[in-house]
Amino acid sequence: MFRRGRLLLWGACLALAVALPLVFKSGFMLSLLCQIGIMVVFALSYNMLLGQTGLLSFGHAVYFGIGAFISMHTLNMIGKDGGPLVVALLPLVGGLAGLLAGVVLGWVTTKKAGTTFAMISLGIGELVAACALMFPGLFGGEGGISGNRVVGTGSLLGFTWGPQVEMYGLIVAWAFVATVAMFALTQTPLGRMANAVRDNPERAEFVGYDTQRVRYLMLILSGLFAGVAGGLTALNYEIVTAETLNAHTSGVVLLMTFVGGIGFFYGPIIGAILVTVMQIVIGGMTQAWLLYFGLFFLFMVLMAPGGIASVIAMQRNLWQAGLFRRMVPHYLAVALPILVLLAGLVGLIEMTYALLAGEGVGAGDTATKVMGMQLQLASMEPWAIALAITVAGVALTRWIGGRTRAAWNETLATLHGDRT
Amino acid sequence: MEFVVISLLNGITYGLLLFMLSSGLTLIFSMMGILNFAHASFYMLGAYFAYQISAWLGFWPGLLVAPLLVGAVGAAVERYGLRRAHRFGHVAELLFTFGLAFLVEEVVHLVWGTSSVDYKIPAELDGTLFTLFSTDFPIYKGFMMLISVGMLVALYALLTRTRIGLIIQAALTKPDMVEALGHNVPRIFMLVFGGGTALAGLAGVIGGNAFITEPGMAAAVGSIVFVVVVVGGLGSLGGAFVASLLIGCIQTFSIGLTISVTDVFALIGVTLPAGSQVARLTITQLAPVLPYILMVAILIFRPRGLMGARES
Repeated sequence: MFRRGRLLLWGACLALAVALPLVFKSGFMLSLLCQIGIMVVFALSYNMLLGQTGLLSFGHAVYFGIGAFISMHTLNMIGKDGGPLVVALLPLVGGLAGLLAGVVLGWVTTKKAGTTFAMISLGIGELVAACALMFPGLFGGEGGISGNRVVGTGSLLGFTWGPQVEMYGLIVAWAFVATVAMFALTQTPLGRMANAVRDNPERAEFVGYDTQRVRYLMLILSGLFAGVAGGLTALNYEIVTAETLNAHTSGVVLLMTFVGGIGFFYGPIIGAILVTVMQIVIGGMTQAWLLYFGLFFLFMVLMAPGGIASVIAMQRNLWQAGLFRRMVPHYLAVALPILVLLAGLVGLIEMTYALLAGEGVGAGDTATKVMGMQLQLASMEPWAIALAITVAGVALTRWIGGRTRAAWNETLATLHGDRT
Repeated sequence: MEFVVISLLNGITYGLLLFMLSSGLTLIFSMMGILNFAHASFYMLGAYFAYQISAWLGFWPGLLVAPLLVGAVGAAVERYGLRRAHRFGHVAELLFTFGLAFLVEEVVHLVWGTSSVDYKIPAELDGTLFTLFSTDFPIYKGFMMLISVGMLVALYALLTRTRIGLIIQAALTKPDMVEALGHNVPRIFMLVFGGGTALAGLAGVIGGNAFITEPGMAAAVGSIVFVVVVVGGLGSLGGAFVASLLIGCIQTFSIGLTISVTDVFALIGVTLPAGSQVARLTITQLAPVLPYILMVAILIFRPRGLMGARES
């Protein structure tokens, strides 16, 4: 737990998180960083289920959303009597709400594991989301409920949490504490037993553990941390809508956790950072962002089911064996045709979106602006070019990709000592 | 009386439609162990394909061609996607279908736009079949019943009376043995997946114009179908049938009932505190939640489902 290298790494991450707003001062970057901090906690809490206990949940947003709503109600209730200290501790209230929700709902969901659990979690998620629209007094209906995070007078060590940068500080503090706690949990007997239940429930039962109880406990704790993330989101945005606990939010956290890598503790952190940045940066550039994201996710499932973290871990193994240099030319060689393929594909998708979004574009000779180029979408020419680029990209990727794969297999064989 | 009979008819129509979805899902699940998260997406694709074909050629060619197209898409998904994901285990398969559902919705957004499309009931099926008491029963509902029942009889005959049906049944329980006997099991899997998705597509063709054809339809039906499968018992076709009809009837009856929760509790002698939010709800408002409440109740009192063979 307290090895020197690990402490150094944790310290470096914390220092980096604190230093980032000094470099990126714009409001846009600051709100992006806040969102990342919240999502890191949420994704890590999700991985306690999927990665560590093997429970694929489609309704994790329930705990996040309940944490957010209860925090917001508490914030509005304390009103003028509270102060910055109370506000700083509010995510704990969200966490307790998530924990209680886990105690109640988890009792039903964790009766089963595997596929059945996935379906039940989906049903419970839908149940709670439907209830949220049914009780407008509690959940604020379509508009949600809002509040103000600056309450009372005075400050806590000079912080009032009013400016966004102070809120970022609060998020970093909570995210760090939560991350350390979640990591510590993986080292406890419960964390180890969760892994055993994931890998071989039958054996775990034979050793004398109640697998259902292990799942139940992990779900409750996961609800706690999801609730903390929910409390942070309530404070950060000062508004909570029913969307925070619906299926879409559950889907997003599943996608980011998986893309990051469920087999490693730091995987969800990578996923949360990457997906949030992509969401805001690419989502700001194109309407087709969700389509690209869906394609990217399917690509990851089929090509790298271990997520980005596993790819990084593989490269590190190669590096330590001194084999990484052998692969570099192959990586560079395969990157080119993939870029060609991507360019063609993105061109096709963007042109289709532009064609369908702009009414009457197909009729006249007007040029439409796509990806910074003026294109005549009514003529065949741009379509033929984009299609040709895509086809060339596919052919080149297959050809060069085959060689890269051969080299990769060769290198792996060397790594595992089958060959020198 | 009138309300009961009409609601029952509507409930059975809706339940049969649900069964067309859940039967495919159950077959695929019990054969390949895959919970096809994208099953309702194929239902949506069926509706959109039928809309497009009916705009070009009319309703009847669409009724035939759209399910076949959906089945072909399903078979291709199995062949080039799922078979690859299968190597990485069940979670990867489930996630693949989850991503697929996500992608299908986006493609539908891209091709047909974000609002609903005008997929209409054909003129020759637009009218009243019979009038019961004072309510008209539309021809189209009768047509839906006819198609679903016909489809189910055909499916039953296919599974129990033909050679390929026997092989499928054998491959359900003993795939290794069937393979050893010289049958191409991966191809059978592909056929079953294609067939199951074609059934979902057919449900979309006849359901899309009875309800509404919009990009949100997959998500709306998808979770209900999962509830059906859990309530009926995973992998049990008979259970899926009973649960489909049950949930179809619950949905239609609850939409028609305007009595409030207070009245229901008054029947069993419990007085709810007046003015609370729960007391003011009517059964109609509770309708979207009732299937999930049923699911939770089943899980607590009979975890293997109504007709589930074993506890998993």
